[in-house]
Amino acid sequence: MKTAATGGVGETYDYRVVRQFSLMTVVWGIVGMLVGVIIAAQLVWPELNFGEWFHFGRLRPLHTNAVIFAFGGCALMATSFFVVQRTCHTRLFAPWLAGFVFWGWQTVIVLAAITLPLGYTQGKEYAELEWPIDILITLVWVSYAIVFFGTIVKRKTPHIYVANWFYGAFILAVAMLHLVNSAAIPADFMKSYSAYAGVQDAMIQWWYGHNAVGFFLTAGFLGMMYYFVPKQAERPVYSYRLSVVHFWALIFTYMWAGPHHLHYTALPDWTQSLGMVFSLILLAPSWGGMINGIMTLSGAWHKLRTDPILKFLITSLSFYGMSTFEGPMMSIKTVNALSHYTDWTIGHVHSGALGWVAMISIGSIYYLIPRLFGQEKMYSVPAISIHFWMSTLGVVLYIAAMWIAGVMQGLMWRAINDDGTLTYTFVESVKATYPFWFIRFLGGALFLAGMFVMAWNVWKTIAGQKAYNAPVIAPAAAHA
Amino acid sequence: MSDFISDFWNVYVVVLVIASLVFCAFIILSNRGARPTGTVELHGHQWDETLAEWNNPLPRWWVWLFWITIVFAIVYLIAYPGLGRFGGKLEWTSVNAYQREVSVADAKVAPLFERYSKMDAMQVAADPEARAMGERLYLNNCAQCHGTDARGSRGFPNLVDSDWLYGGDPEAIKATLVNGRNAMMPAFSAVLDSEAQRDVVHYVRSLSGLTADNLRVQRGKPVFATNCAACHGAEGRGNQAMGAPNLTDGIWLYGSTEAIVAQSVARGRNGHMPAHGELLGEHKIHLLTAYVWGLSNNTAKVATTDSSSTTQ
Repeated sequence: MKTAATGGVGETYDYRVVRQFSLMTVVWGIVGMLVGVIIAAQLVWPELNFGEWFHFGRLRPLHTNAVIFAFGGCALMATSFFVVQRTCHTRLFAPWLAGFVFWGWQTVIVLAAITLPLGYTQGKEYAELEWPIDILITLVWVSYAIVFFGTIVKRKTPHIYVANWFYGAFILAVAMLHLVNSAAIPADFMKSYSAYAGVQDAMIQWWYGHNAVGFFLTAGFLGMMYYFVPKQAERPVYSYRLSVVHFWALIFTYMWAGPHHLHYTALPDWTQSLGMVFSLILLAPSWGGMINGIMTLSGAWHKLRTDPILKFLITSLSFYGMSTFEGPMMSIKTVNALSHYTDWTIGHVHSGALGWVAMISIGSIYYLIPRLFGQEKMYSVPAISIHFWMSTLGVVLYIAAMWIAGVMQGLMWRAINDDGTLTYTFVESVKATYPFWFIRFLGGALFLAGMFVMAWNVWKTIAGQKAYNAPVIAPAAAHA
Repeated sequence: MSDFISDFWNVYVVVLVIASLVFCAFIILSNRGARPTGTVELHGHQWDETLAEWNNPLPRWWVWLFWITIVFAIVYLIAYPGLGRFGGKLEWTSVNAYQREVSVADAKVAPLFERYSKMDAMQVAADPEARAMGERLYLNNCAQCHGTDARGSRGFPNLVDSDWLYGGDPEAIKATLVNGRNAMMPAFSAVLDSEAQRDVVHYVRSLSGLTADNLRVQRGKPVFATNCAACHGAEGRGNQAMGAPNLTDGIWLYGSTEAIVAQSVARGRNGHMPAHGELLGEHKIHLLTAYVWGLSNNTAKVATTDSSSTTQ
C-alpha cells in the first residue's frame, strides 16, 4: 500500500543537517583512517615517530577518537536524523538545535585533533578528552537527544520503527556512559583527575569502554542497518519478533560485559565471572541482528550480484556476525589468558570497526548522497564496486595479519623452558611481529585508498547539483 | 574476602544477576508465539512507503543457542564465584589457582637448580648446562637493564668487562643480586660554583687521559681532593665498598663527554638495582651468580685448575 501524498502543503524534510553530517562522514573517515595508517607505519618503521606531537602515543588516541566519534559519530547522526524523519513522517523537531548539534560536534572533533597531539588527556581509553571538551560533548549530546526524541514525539505514525529503537537506545546509553565515566575533578583548565580511584576507576572505565562498543558502535549502527538494508534490498525486515527479542536482550546484556576487559587483574573474581558469562549470553542477541539483516535479503539474493551498496551492507553484517562470535569467545577467561594484551585484540576491534561499522556506514552514505542532492544514484556505480573490493580485501588482510600476530605473541609470551624460564624475551616477540605489522599496514592503506575513491565519487555526484529536500510523505493508510 | 563492605551489596549483586538471567529467559519465552503453518504474513505496520516487517517466528536454532548460553551461565555461576559472596561449589579463586600453578611449577624445576647449590660458583660457571640455564635466567630477569648481550647501557653497568662497581668475586655478585644496590652520588651544584665544577670536570677527565684544559686540571685537583676523594679515593680509583666508580680506567657508566661529566657533578647520580633474593630464591641466585661471574672470567681455566686439584 503505497502513497505519495505529501504531508503539509509544500512541507519538506530537513535534509540540511543530514547533508552536512554525511559529507563530514567521508571527510573524517579519510582523516581518521589516515592517522590509523600513519600509526600502523610507525610500528613498522619506528623512525617515523617525529617529536612528541607526532608520536605513536599521542596519535593513537587521535586515531581512535577520529574514527569512532568523528567518522562513526557523523555517520550515526546523519543517518539517524534522516531515518527518524522518514519513519516518523515528519520534519525534525527544533531544526536550529540540529544545526547546533552539527557545529558543536565538529568543534569537539577539531578540539580533539588539537588537544590530543598536544598531550592533553584524561588517560581513559576512548574517553581521553579533557573536562572542558567533555562539557561541550554533554551539551551537544543533550541537544541531539532533544532533536531525536522530539521528532519521535511528533511522529505521524502510531508505532515507532525498529531502527529508531536502536538509535534511541544508543543516544540514551551514550549520554549515561559519558556522564558517569567522565566525572572528574578539574585541577586546572586542561587537567583533571578521575572522580574514582583504583580498581573502581578501572571497572567504570571498562563499563564505559565496552558499552561504547555496545551502544555507540553496535546499537547505533543496528539502527542504520534496520533502515538501509530493507530499503536497499526493497524487502520487508525478516522478523518483527526477532527484532523485539534481540533488541531487549542486546541492550540489557551489554551493560554487564565490561569486566571481560579486566580478566586476571585486581578486579574481584566474582566480577570477572559475571563479565564473562554475560558476554557469552550476548552471542545470541548479537546474532539476532545479523540474522534479521541478512535474512531480509531472502528472495532478493540476486541483487547482491549487481548492487554494490547492498554488497557493503550485507558484508558488514557478515563481519558483525563474525566479530560478535569472536568477542564472546575472547571473553572466556582461558582464551583471554592467551589473547589479552596481544594484537589479536586489535584484529578483533578492526573486524568490528572496519568490517561492520565502516562498511555499513559507507553503504548507507552511498544510499544517502544521491537522495540528498536530487540524484537517482551515485555518479559511478562501478566505483562503488571497486571501493567495496578494496575495503573487503583491506579488512581481510588487516584482521588475518593481526590474528596470526596475536596468537603468535600469546604463545611466545607463555612459552617456557624445562627449567621454568621464559623461552622468549619480549623483544623477540616484537621482532617476530614485524612482518604482520607490515601486512596490517598494507590492509589499512588499501581501506584508506578505498575512502579516496568514495570521496571522488561523492564529489562527482554532488558537484554542481543543488541540495534537495524531499517532500514529507503522509503515513500509509494501512498503518492506521 | 572482603569484596563487599556491607551485606547489602552482596544481596544487591545476587538479586540483580538472577533477575537478569530470568529477564533473558522471559524475553525468549514471551516471544515464542505459534509457528505459522501457511505462508508468513507481514506484521501490519508500514513506514516510509516501503518499510515493513515479516511475522517470521524466532529461528529455532537461534533460540537454542540463546538457551545454551543461559544454562551455561547458571552452571558456571554455581561452580565459580559470581553470585556475590557465594564462592562457587568448586571453591576456585584466582589467587589459589595462581599459587597452585606456581607451586607445581616450582616443585618441577626446583631439583634442576638444587643440583648446583652445593657446588662452588666458579665450578658451576664451568658447567655448560648450568651456563645455559643461567643465561635463560639472565635473559628473563636481567636483560631488561643490562641488555641481552650483558654489555649494559647508559647508567646500567656492562657485565662482560672486568670493571666492577661493588666487586666481581662471586660473593660480591651474589650480594648484589640478593639485596640489590643503591648508589648515590650527591649533587654538587649547591656546593661548588660553576667555575669550580668545570675545573673538577676537567680534572676528572684528565684522570683517564681524556683531553682537558691544563689550567683547569691544576685548579680542579684540590677541588677533587676536598669534595670527591672521600668516595672516589685520593687517586680517583674508586671504592667498591660504596660502589664509587674508578675514574681512571676509561670505563664510564653515564658517559665521558664534558657535558655528561658536568651533569654528573652538578646534579649527582642515582643508581638502583632492585633486590632479587626473594623473587628468585637461593638456588636460582646461586646459578645466576655463577653465570654473571662467568661472563668476565675464564671459566675454562677454572675447570682445568679444578680438575687438577681434584686429581691431586
